[in-house]
Amino acid sequence: MLTKFFFMLRKGGLKTSITELLTLLEAMKSGLAGHSIDNFYYLSRTCLVKDEAHFDRFDRIFGAHFKGIEEALGALEAEIPDEWLRRQAELYLSEEERKKIESMGGFEALMKALQERLKEQDERHEGGNKWIGTAGTSPFGAYGYNPEGVRIGQQGSGHRRAVKVWDQREYRNLDDSIELGTRNIKLALRKLRKFAREGAADQLDLDQTIDKTARNAGLLDIQMVPERHNAVKVLLCLDIGGSMDDHVRICEEMFSAARTEFKHLEYFYFHNFIYESMWKDNRRRHAERIATTEILHKYGQDYKLVFVGDATMSPYEIVYAGGSVEHWNDEPGAVWIKRLLDVFPKAIWINPEPQQRWDYTPSVKLTRELMDDRMFPLTIHGLDAGIKRLN
Amino acid sequence: MTDKRFNGTESYIATDDLTMAVNAAVTLQRPILVKGEPGTGKTQLAIEVAAALGKPLHEWHIKSTTKAQQGLYDYDAVARLRDSQLGDKRVHDIGNYIVRGKVWDAFESDSQPVLLIDEIDKADIEFPNDLLRELDRMEFFVYETKQLVTAVHRPIIIITSNNEKELPDAFLRRCFFHYIKFPDKNTMEKIIAVHFPELKKNLLREALEAFYKVRDTPGLKKKPSTSELLDWIKLLLAEDISPETLRSEDTRKTIPPLYGALLKNEQDVHLFEQLVFLDRRNRQ
Repeated sequence: MLTKFFFMLRKGGLKTSITELLTLLEAMKSGLAGHSIDNFYYLSRTCLVKDEAHFDRFDRIFGAHFKGIEEALGALEAEIPDEWLRRQAELYLSEEERKKIESMGGFEALMKALQERLKEQDERHEGGNKWIGTAGTSPFGAYGYNPEGVRIGQQGSGHRRAVKVWDQREYRNLDDSIELGTRNIKLALRKLRKFAREGAADQLDLDQTIDKTARNAGLLDIQMVPERHNAVKVLLCLDIGGSMDDHVRICEEMFSAARTEFKHLEYFYFHNFIYESMWKDNRRRHAERIATTEILHKYGQDYKLVFVGDATMSPYEIVYAGGSVEHWNDEPGAVWIKRLLDVFPKAIWINPEPQQRWDYTPSVKLTRELMDDRMFPLTIHGLDAGIKRLN
Repeated sequence: MTDKRFNGTESYIATDDLTMAVNAAVTLQRPILVKGEPGTGKTQLAIEVAAALGKPLHEWHIKSTTKAQQGLYDYDAVARLRDSQLGDKRVHDIGNYIVRGKVWDAFESDSQPVLLIDEIDKADIEFPNDLLRELDRMEFFVYETKQLVTAVHRPIIIITSNNEKELPDAFLRRCFFHYIKFPDKNTMEKIIAVHFPELKKNLLREALEAFYKVRDTPGLKKKPSTSELLDWIKLLLAEDISPETLRSEDTRKTIPPLYGALLKNEQDVHLFEQLVFLDRRNRQ
């Protein structure tokens, strides 16, 4: 029972384990789900999914799986008791409504049409669940759409719950390949932490003190240690202006997260690509520039180098001297980035452009090659992968 | 099956999925992990579950320095050392210096207790791993006295997390999981009705409208949550502000009164004022 669903979840990228499936079965055996498919959905979610970032994925798989069952009604018995579905119809629809549905081509056709609607909505509105809410003119108006989902039937409101909770995909923006917030970035960056004791010894080391005192025949021998610090050192180079304007917000978030997360963080701005100089203050970018050679000499090899930029430009800006859009550069950007990579072997490039689009831009491909393929999308998943490379 | 099911309480509105998760945890006697935005009532849940099911509550609040061992027991070596120097007789029984932790208390409770492990993500990364066996088998071993402590009644364990650290898979597998999502308007109305039964209908409506408007302001660093809303309404009531003031189309008053209760970040307040200002200018 439910094994097919289980394997579908695993195929869909959820790390559901056998213990969790057994827990679900045990819970069902003790009658927790009752005869409601909504309850079954909630129960299976609480048993099988342990990260809200995966709720959306789970909803989609759940939807797909149970849609498949609707289509192949014959196979229904093997998967879920078909009385669930029938009961559901009985519960939610009055005699009159059922007739109406029949006239529209039956329950399944209606469900399918609804599904289509939801799909359409997905395409038209990027984060919105408003479309259905305002669809007063839709043929389904009679069955009462409302923002909380597809509701069917208007009487006995307490019982009239959404037919398909999972199709609302309320958790969509929590999928970890999509959304990023300061907190999330901080969490990802936190993996880069490395604690070490450096500097002045100003904390009492209790264990050592006790140990030493005991060895000292009970005469107090106080031992001190330095405080624990996050010892990771990061050089952050941010692309600013031009095509990066679209990504300002997300980069701001990344920047503010990084600033509070690392004690040793140095940041520099550049435009489109790295050349002989960068700057620290965008308002005075022309007056106060810092030579890239200075950066090369000033910071040690233990610094980790992180570029943030969309790498979207003309390829000339990378490979030719004088290719920069802003000034005359004596040496091409490619040379400068190689120098940087030689000094700072631990480096990654984080690209806020969606990964699907990378292949269409030659400059992104070029930058990726220069970075030895160490380019990662600015998503939680991408950051995670990037930071793994940095470690 | 347990005799009682949790369905929310008079002072706590639980959504269907939350009820399901809690009941699953109660029935199968496994821990439940609750995550969600700050201020959505994660800690409150344990208190309410204990109250609703009439069970004693043991609270264990986790700090960044908390060790898993402290929840089980502490061996007070310093006290023993002192006693030995003073020649106290107690010193011969090491059991005198074993101080029980919250988990031990919960394990030896007379009736089935509710154990709250609050903000587990605050502790060290290894913390959840150190509790695996304790949560699974509901027993642990006291090495100093060679004593095995087993739960008399398996407690209902409610664990909350603010997502500051990722929890290990092995730990997650042993728990039920629930994410408290931000309540929609209907649920919110119910929540407020529970806290302020006297509240006038129209004030509530206007307050909620204003609240969701503030929440929808793009670019807010910390969005106001349920607990902030409740505080704000408390203030509105205390100041006796009329629904008309909230609604007020008067351009000079477009900032909701007492909004300091809703916005807790200086930048957010600033941003919000700017937006209101822009809005006002556009209207003129």
